[in-house]
Amino acid sequence: MTAVFGSGADTNSYEDFENTDLIIVWGSNTQEAHPIIYNHIRRGIKNGAKMVLVDPRKLPMANFATHYLPVRVGADIALANAIGHVIIEEKLYDAKFIEHATEFYESYKEVVAKYTPEFAETITGVPADQIREVARLYATVDRAVIAWTLGITEHHNGADNVFALINLSLLTGKVGKPGSGLMPLRGQNNVQGGGDMGALPNKLPGFFNVEDDGARAKFEAVWNCKIPAKNGLNQSAMFSAMRDGRIKFMFVIGENPIQSEANSGHSRSAFENLEMLVVQDLFMTKTAEIADVVLPASGWGEVDGTFTNSERGIQRVRKMVNAPGEAKDDLWILQEIANYLGANWHYQSAEEVWNELRSLSPSHYGMSYERLEREYELQWPCPSLTEPPEKVLHTRLHSDNVGMRAKFSPVEYEEPLEPADEEFPFVLITGRRLAFYNTGVMTRYEGGKVKDQEEYMEINPTDAAKYQLENGTRIKVSSRRGSVEVPVKITDRVMEGYVFMTFHFPEQVNTNTLTNDVVDSKSGVSPYKYTAVRLERI
Amino acid sequence: MAVEMDTIETVTKSTICSFCGTGCGLSVTAKDGRIVSVVGDKNSPVSHGETCVKGSQAWTYSQSKDRLTYPMVRKNGQLVKVTWEEALQVIADGVRKVKDASGADAFGCFSSSRATNELNFLAQKLMRQVIGTNNIDSCNRT
Repeated sequence: MTAVFGSGADTNSYEDFENTDLIIVWGSNTQEAHPIIYNHIRRGIKNGAKMVLVDPRKLPMANFATHYLPVRVGADIALANAIGHVIIEEKLYDAKFIEHATEFYESYKEVVAKYTPEFAETITGVPADQIREVARLYATVDRAVIAWTLGITEHHNGADNVFALINLSLLTGKVGKPGSGLMPLRGQNNVQGGGDMGALPNKLPGFFNVEDDGARAKFEAVWNCKIPAKNGLNQSAMFSAMRDGRIKFMFVIGENPIQSEANSGHSRSAFENLEMLVVQDLFMTKTAEIADVVLPASGWGEVDGTFTNSERGIQRVRKMVNAPGEAKDDLWILQEIANYLGANWHYQSAEEVWNELRSLSPSHYGMSYERLEREYELQWPCPSLTEPPEKVLHTRLHSDNVGMRAKFSPVEYEEPLEPADEEFPFVLITGRRLAFYNTGVMTRYEGGKVKDQEEYMEINPTDAAKYQLENGTRIKVSSRRGSVEVPVKITDRVMEGYVFMTFHFPEQVNTNTLTNDVVDSKSGVSPYKYTAVRLERI
Repeated sequence: MAVEMDTIETVTKSTICSFCGTGCGLSVTAKDGRIVSVVGDKNSPVSHGETCVKGSQAWTYSQSKDRLTYPMVRKNGQLVKVTWEEALQVIADGVRKVKDASGADAFGCFSSSRATNELNFLAQKLMRQVIGTNNIDSCNRT
């Protein structure tokens, strides 16, 4: 998103799901992973919007869709390019918008030329006629929103998948307007905010680039320090640097990478190679167990501060109770570490930290705690203390003052890195279930009323019959990297040839033993969604 | 900076859910220093009083008896309880040793995309201003 528009965030607001003509949900089990956003989508459907669902699994929400496109895992680019092909072939594109606000249309046109719906059908499994219908629908409605989650990004070429969807919005001018835009839905409560605050190797707080000399100079002057002129290492590159000894000291704050990283045995050995590992967390996680120093932190309900949600909305979180025992506020912990190392930090409250950020980030300046108290949620950019913030980004693309043009980024379909073969004939997809969350550190504790507290593997009835499996039969699942044992659940939610597991219950079944830790060179994501596996009866 | 709460009485405040990226508003009641109820906050412009099962029930993890309650340092292969002063000194000594031998880019930080903006701001400031490296990433891609 940043590469195309200059900023990486949802272009629109949740309310746009309720005031639009078409919602394309692509690779997102919104109903289970983002249930309250799904309620916005439902209200949109009630208001007359159509919904198209694109997903390898026939999710229950398919019942409310006018079109369900059962795309094969990893074939999203072929499908998106075919939709673009039809829109160009039938001259349904927004020629005025393309001319006015975009560049590189010709190279996009060239790339999608070979993605006829018939050719795409052979790759995606989606019938050519359905591709044509959805292309016509998207191009001809007034307003349309495309929403996606990890089904799009958790592939070896996840960044290209996102480009393929952005291209469609540029082709039809369906971005930068109320009711039209691109909505990547964030999986964790403050993914957006963490990046906006500069907890990224290439970004300073407030969306400034590390490699921008002028931006660095501004921060260096305020902080009285020298910031390295080159981008740092991202998460995957840091793992490599730990393995080869370039990184010797790691701070891990509120993360459990040993269980959540793909190919988790490999992650553990990287941490064991360090001279010092400091873990700051709520629980004795697998990562904390091998640390040299473990610091007890404060959790939700125990700290003041702000979160930034998927629609760029900043909201206040509030302290209700004290942390247990000697556990401390994370801000206190970081301040103490800094001051033990000779810094002179003296923040008295979360608000003082926030005010420093506001002074450095014009996009956040207008959101004082006092105003957040009154208005509840404020979306960035919000440069003024009195003006309302922007609900829709990139409206400039439709104005006389276009500014930086939005670039088409043509992308080609690539074969999966690890296609199913004779030895590993099934494709394992991983994902989340409604009541649980990631590695379960936060959701397996004392959640007595919640059903389905165990891992199982979903398998299609036809495949189950081949292996003579019944619901609950335990089987061995193996990839090129390891094996786990898991009971099966038979369901037509998954297509033949695919199986589905979560990674919520690593003590029962450590799904990430199986997954592949090769990363997308553009986005740094591992292809959790796609792993070739074989099944054996025990 | 940690302000001690007067939690003898019952307090109810608005806050934001800590699970997915939607940002639903919750109304949380605490009594005698324990959170006792979480319901949807009707004033929230995001969720209008709605919550999912995670938001309304799964918060109990934060009050688990398994929470870490004191700092620990590894001694003779075992993690043992220490004071905050000792833990911080061990970190400071470790940082100086690695920095002197290998420089600032021998450090890295994984910051939490579940923690607040304020924490993430200070984590990157610690790495850039105090340590002197851009090696910081949040778990923002997964």
